[in-house]
Amino acid sequence: MDSSFLDYLRQVAPETLPAVDAGTPNLVHGTTIVAARYRDGVVMAGDRRATMGTAIAMRDIEKVFGADDHSIVGVAGVAGIAVELVRLFQVELEHFEKVEGSSLSFDGKANRLSAMLRSNLSQALKGLAVLPLFVGWDERAARGRMFSYDATGGRYEEHAFCSVGSGAAFARGALKKLHDPDTDERSAVAALLQSLYDAADDDSATSGLDLTRGIFPLVLRASAAGVARWSEAGVRELAETIVAARATRPDGPRGYAL
Amino acid sequence: MSMPFYVSPEQQMQDRAEFARKGIARGRAVVVLRYAGGIVLVAENRSTTLNKVAEIYDRIAFAAVGRYNEFETLRVAGIRHADLRGYSYDRRDVTGRSLAGAYSQLLGGAFSSAAEKPYEVELIVAELGEEPSGDVLYRISYDGVITDEPDLVVIGGDAERIAEAVRGGFSADAALNDAVDLARRALGTDQLEVAVLERDTPRRRTFRRLRPDEVARD
Repeated sequence: MDSSFLDYLRQVAPETLPAVDAGTPNLVHGTTIVAARYRDGVVMAGDRRATMGTAIAMRDIEKVFGADDHSIVGVAGVAGIAVELVRLFQVELEHFEKVEGSSLSFDGKANRLSAMLRSNLSQALKGLAVLPLFVGWDERAARGRMFSYDATGGRYEEHAFCSVGSGAAFARGALKKLHDPDTDERSAVAALLQSLYDAADDDSATSGLDLTRGIFPLVLRASAAGVARWSEAGVRELAETIVAARATRPDGPRGYAL
Repeated sequence: MSMPFYVSPEQQMQDRAEFARKGIARGRAVVVLRYAGGIVLVAENRSTTLNKVAEIYDRIAFAAVGRYNEFETLRVAGIRHADLRGYSYDRRDVTGRSLAGAYSQLLGGAFSSAAEKPYEVELIVAELGEEPSGDVLYRISYDGVITDEPDLVVIGGDAERIAEAVRGGFSADAALNDAVDLARRALGTDQLEVAVLERDTPRRRTFRRLRPDEVARD
């Protein structure tokens, strides 16, 4: 394929493709990513922890990235491969856009990410899996869209919210109860932060809202206006509100069973 | 068995140069010049889809005249060169000089190899500096000869006359509209394809195509 950087790279410099030997000890793992649709687009947040076995390897790792002007990718799993995968994916999208003079369709982008995961399959089977979430603004459909993946490159469209990584199950539980896809951006981000708080509450590999160090989840938004990263001050303000409320109700906002 | 006629190397090179020059002179010209906000690339182009100016990298643009299929191949090769370098090293390690050098090798090789047809193209590689003094315009001709120009370059049919006209009205502090108007007058046409490398954009990628209504005559 002429317009694909990945295919070109495979031909001319396959040694630069993201890979490590299986059995490499003490790999650094990135943990939880969550995303949700709201009425004008999608938001994604990632916690900042990376672990090495049971130790915390990093407190301020970034796992959520703008893939291009209208899409966002977040990756959980072996950090070294994940970050390289994202870098390659960014070049792949930009390369296509420059060669063809127009950007890939949203499904086209999601499919390219599938192809990259499939090429990592042999590594995934050795336990070196990376799992992305891909979300963004689909200009043709004029709405926010989200895809989750499995290690074999299978992609699945998600409609309200999705999560990936070690704390994903706990985060999903929280989002189920708290998130409303018809809400505004701020409320959607608040739901994401609540879900990361809950993930950190029950999963030792996920960091929550670290007021002590001032390290907060990374939040990106994609809407018709493009991709924007939430300022640290904006996330801090929401985080402080949430942590203050949790001081009186540690398990978070109360719902109604009936 | 017939013997081939002896042709002196000088004659051979001259013939090849003439062949390439003829092909290029038939094409419409491209003007690339600096303005207050960066570098503007203006091509006379009747097509709205077959481009003569294009984005190569964050701060590097490409302009070409001559055979479309040949410079299209060169454009894609340039994007691959730049993206591969940027991926293997770092985005800041992709320079106009290395790209212009690669083009020069390619065109020069084809020009002097008896087995290949010389490229019937001329190229411009424009690189936007962080500061205006860092702007560079490389011109690469069909035989691989590469020159760097400080303020403006014109390639294609009637290039010398057009360059003269542009130089007469040139100012590095001109507004974008004025720079485009200057190029429009020199080219003598309204069918323009215009793109810029903008210094003040918040985007990492500084290349932007101007819509027809942005370049329309006031």
